[in-house]
Amino acid sequence: MNSKSNTNLQDLYTTMKRIRVFEERVAELFVRGETAGSMLHLSIGEELGPACVTKAMIDGDTFTTHHRGHGIFLARGGDPDKMMAEIAGKKDGYCKGKGGSMHIADMSLGHLGANAIVGGGIPTVVGAALSYKYLNKKNVSIAFFGDGAMQQGILYESMNMAALWKLPVVFCCINNQYGMGTKIDDAVAVKDFSLRAKSFGLECLHVNHLDAEKAYTDIKEIVDNTRNNKPSFIEVECYRFYGHARKDKSPYRNEDEEIENRKLDPIAFAKENILTQNILNEEEIKSIDMTVDKEMDVSMNYAINSPLNVESEIFTDVYDKSYTIESVDSRINNILKNK
Amino acid sequence: MKIPEQDFFEKITFRDALRLAMYDEMKDDKNVIILGEDVAKYGGAYGATKNLLEQFGSDRVIDTPISEPTIVGTAIGAAMTGLKPIAELMYVDFFGMSMDQIGNQSAKIRYMFGGQISVPMVIRTQGGTGRSGGAQHSQSLESWIMYIPGLYLVMPSNPNDAYHLLRDSLQTNTPTVFIEHKLLYNFEGPLDKKNKVQFGKANILNEGNSISIIAYSRMTNFAVEAAKKLKEENISAEIIDLRTLNPLDKNTIINSVKKTRHALVLSEGHYTTGVASEITSIIFENCFKVLKKPVIRYTAEDTPVPVAPNLEKNYVPTVDRIVDYAKKIIT
Ligand SMILES: Cc1ncc(C[n+]2csc(CCOP(=O)(O)OP(=O)(O)O)c2C)c(N)n1
Ligand SMILES: [Mg+2]
Repeated sequence: MNSKSNTNLQDLYTTMKRIRVFEERVAELFVRGETAGSMLHLSIGEELGPACVTKAMIDGDTFTTHHRGHGIFLARGGDPDKMMAEIAGKKDGYCKGKGGSMHIADMSLGHLGANAIVGGGIPTVVGAALSYKYLNKKNVSIAFFGDGAMQQGILYESMNMAALWKLPVVFCCINNQYGMGTKIDDAVAVKDFSLRAKSFGLECLHVNHLDAEKAYTDIKEIVDNTRNNKPSFIEVECYRFYGHARKDKSPYRNEDEEIENRKLDPIAFAKENILTQNILNEEEIKSIDMTVDKEMDVSMNYAINSPLNVESEIFTDVYDKSYTIESVDSRINNILKNK
Repeated sequence: MKIPEQDFFEKITFRDALRLAMYDEMKDDKNVIILGEDVAKYGGAYGATKNLLEQFGSDRVIDTPISEPTIVGTAIGAAMTGLKPIAELMYVDFFGMSMDQIGNQSAKIRYMFGGQISVPMVIRTQGGTGRSGGAQHSQSLESWIMYIPGLYLVMPSNPNDAYHLLRDSLQTNTPTVFIEHKLLYNFEGPLDKKNKVQFGKANILNEGNSISIIAYSRMTNFAVEAAKKLKEENISAEIIDLRTLNPLDKNTIINSVKKTRHALVLSEGHYTTGVASEITSIIFENCFKVLKKPVIRYTAEDTPVPVAPNLEKNYVPTVDRIVDYAKKIIT
């Protein structure tokens, strides 16, 4: 079937395609009024980083993500059914519909949590790495965050401690050029983020091209090196194809910029390479695409058909099981009964 | 959108009233500046600062990096050296990271330095449930601020109050935290620029004899809805909109409860150690002899905020249950 075997590129293509189509379906779920709220941050255009970095991870590695974390988790093995159900705020979601799009996680897959506080999940990986070093495990813990988080002080406290204690931490910045409506040029005086990381004593890799295969090779090398307690910083440059949330328009940036930058499409680039290297032919790629489409349609419908959670779920998972929380209603009724 | 110049509006949104307050204040005082994430080009995450960049330029309407502690800290320094900054925190939940600057710095400076200097700044922020923002984007953290001496705390419920109280906040010479509810931005009402509001004075929205319902921010509007339903059953509820939580207008609360002899306190914050707990104890302390029933506080649950819309809706007080509790209290 394959004229030349290159499973890496084929894998990366499939992963990136799955991310894109998943996010397209999330946008559709929103339009159909089936999502829990509208704070839905899509990874469309940003698929390369998540696909390559997660492919360099091994069993036992852990990670945290920012609010734009669907793509990262899907690439690391997240079940799109449960992810989509969580985005819909339903019972079958990863977090019983209590977390939603910004807090999807599956601890059994090493996902220590998606975060709605910019920078909030970064020090967690320092702690995870401290534990791996103490327990003599060859694992790494990876923090994924956006360029916006590069302006949070907590990142630099984390970088310093990871470097000082020589911990197996990877700081991975998905630089999509924007923090909401603020372009990176309006947020930092010096855009070369590696300079910052280097000054703390971290190993650095800056990916600013569309070649997923090459990116994967370079990333794998630096992640493997991190396993030897050499903390590192990876920056992956990309472009946020749509608005900050959903597929919104972005009135604060001009359309020419968008048209130009949407040409920086890692999926189209991978497809072209697959064809020119004769790894797969058009038909075979189409068949991958159709499989992905079908998979994500099924997930979307799974979310729509998943039941709502029962109201008593408000009160679970706050403390350990021995502690029950009395509802306000019950407190009020007890007081009024006592007279 | 152009910024309208007239003094009276039959109907204006809460959002536009805030925008007008900032606009008028900036016109009157060239030392007023705004800084925060996405306040300039984007016009604010909830649109409250739209078009102010065009009006006043980027020296006065300043987009910042995502660096909350330093947004607040910069406002403090600017306030200590002649400016009147309005610092915007996009979500009240970001008190989490900026609390040192708010609580340990801005609130303490005048006192620690023996009254040598004031910090005339406003922190505008936004909180509450209703948009499935989840545990880190839907909280009501006003009690964190009310607990700290040295900070004023304003939580308006309608456009007219929002306009006047925001302008007043800039005049207080004291760091003032101004919290807007995320579901109020589209709430409409009249605005009369000449009809000033007294900073620190509660508002009696609906006079009544049977029960005092004490509320603030969005819960005021729930109370008004509930009062309409209660009226259909011939129960006359007195609604008190606190408007400012510090200063707190105790007298209005006490006088009302002395008249009605029943009290229900509403808040979207938690039950335990919340704003409602404080108000409830003030009523017990001052109205003990006249109360016919225990004071009831009806609040959000003592849990984080869930995302699922069906859970989120009943996590906070609802109009139907306000009616239900009010009836139970007076019977
Ligand atoms: C501490 C904090 N500040 C502000 C926000 C509001 N906010 C949510 S996403 C975002 C932009 C983040 O930009 P970036 O880190 O580059 O991530 P991107 O959205 O581009 O993926 C902002 C300002 C937040 N959620 N948390
Ligand atoms: Mg970004």
